[in-house]
Amino acid sequence: MADKAPLLSVKELKKTYASATGPVEAIGSITFDVHAGELVCIVGPSGCGKTTLLKCLSGLLAPTSGSVRLDGAEVTAPPKKMAVVFQEYGRSLYPWLTVADNVALPLRAQGIGKAERTAAVERAVEEVGLGHAMHKYPWQLSGGMQQRVAIARAVAYQPEVLVMDEPFAAVDAQTRADLEDLVRRVWQDLGVTVLFVTHDIDESVYLGERVLMLTNSPTTIQEDLAIDLPAERDQLSTRALPRFTELRTHVYEQIQRAKRGELVR
Amino acid sequence: MPAVRRSLVSVGLAVGVPILLVLAWALATQGTQNLYFPTPGKVFDAFTSTWLTGATITKHVLPSLGRFAIGVVLSIVIGIVAGTAIGATPWLRSLLEPMLEFFRAIPPVALVPVIMLILGIDDSMKLAVIVSGSVWPVLLNTIEGVRAMDPVLTDTSRSYRIRGALAYRYFVLPAASPQIMAGVRLCLSIGLILMVISEMFAASSGLGYQILFFQRQYMIAEMWSGIVLLGIVGVAVAAIFQLVERRVLHWYHGSREVSRG
Repeated sequence: MADKAPLLSVKELKKTYASATGPVEAIGSITFDVHAGELVCIVGPSGCGKTTLLKCLSGLLAPTSGSVRLDGAEVTAPPKKMAVVFQEYGRSLYPWLTVADNVALPLRAQGIGKAERTAAVERAVEEVGLGHAMHKYPWQLSGGMQQRVAIARAVAYQPEVLVMDEPFAAVDAQTRADLEDLVRRVWQDLGVTVLFVTHDIDESVYLGERVLMLTNSPTTIQEDLAIDLPAERDQLSTRALPRFTELRTHVYEQIQRAKRGELVR
Repeated sequence: MPAVRRSLVSVGLAVGVPILLVLAWALATQGTQNLYFPTPGKVFDAFTSTWLTGATITKHVLPSLGRFAIGVVLSIVIGIVAGTAIGATPWLRSLLEPMLEFFRAIPPVALVPVIMLILGIDDSMKLAVIVSGSVWPVLLNTIEGVRAMDPVLTDTSRSYRIRGALAYRYFVLPAASPQIMAGVRLCLSIGLILMVISEMFAASSGLGYQILFFQRQYMIAEMWSGIVLLGIVGVAVAAIFQLVERRVLHWYHGSREVSRG
């Protein structure tokens, strides 16, 4: 993989906010590459600037210095090849549009014709298992279903990179397990590159092919760990594997170190 | 069953209370010869003979309603277009907001002589008077509605590159629509007041003109009947508004009902 150009390349990214008490360094310096087709989880202690990092990656926030490159082109505004799923599903869907219209709107903005749009919307909504709720409004659905709509919208957009910001932090445990499997399935079915931000260590190990651990802010990368679990994952058997336990223990220890401020490489 | 009962009760109140008020009015004016407070029967007679004739409808009622409608539509369009532009542009907002507060605080009636000097005494003056007062609630509410849009939804729209007319129609306008509709409601009642006032200056037709004319002629029952007609127009406008609001904001009322549980 090292000889192929990375799809997403983050170089010495740094973000400093101005505040009343002087500048606050949210991101110290972050450098990493993501190759096409990878599923990378970014995990770190809460308040470590994960969302800031994600906003810089997706072109929603300009970094103070350093660069983000997607397919070789510098990201200065939200790129066409990227879709973002936000944590606050209740606030990222348009409450005045039905499920189908929520999924269709970004396609309309791309200038995709009506027939093609309708087909893409139907396919995406079926993919997340919400075919029966096409013409409902988001607020008529449960939290987990709303987040499925947000995922369907991202899938229909056909991005090269799918960025997810703690998407399941606010849903119950059972729904969460279902949604994790949905993300794995979407990743495998569509061959999309996924960047999944979470504060949940188990989730990062279960989902990821690779886990990036972040330190406390000013954020840097604590460790870049490959997850050598089998490709076919299952909530029961995968989580019961001894290797799963080893990996999660390792990540857990690293995050604890990161919290105490020990940088170990 | 409780829902049916509740709607029966509200219909009963909506019909019953006015009937009771008219009865009270009839009782209070019975047998008196007070010139200024005629009996409901006299006002009713005046109403049918004054307002339900073809000549008054075309000469006074329709022109009034037309001016009201045009003035209010102008206010709504100007308020929404300017309000979204100002609300979406932070520097423009901080530049204009103190000035807007200043102009809003001026009672529109105080502007009537000025507007008369500039525009003369024809319909454009009356429209200008209506707009000068009723544009503010729409404008300021739109600015506030656009400013208060959910940042998560803004990020969503940005990351999906939803821009221009599409963003305006499917994101900005609906997001601000609860506040805009609250502004429109105020705009309608202010517009009706200003319609009447504008017709009391240098006018020769309209409801306001007629009411003032009857008062000056000591045609007190006719004067009251004009006031009753204004009230009826107000109720009709409010009912139409409510119908439109239910349609435009059905998602808003629906989601609020859900979140209340």
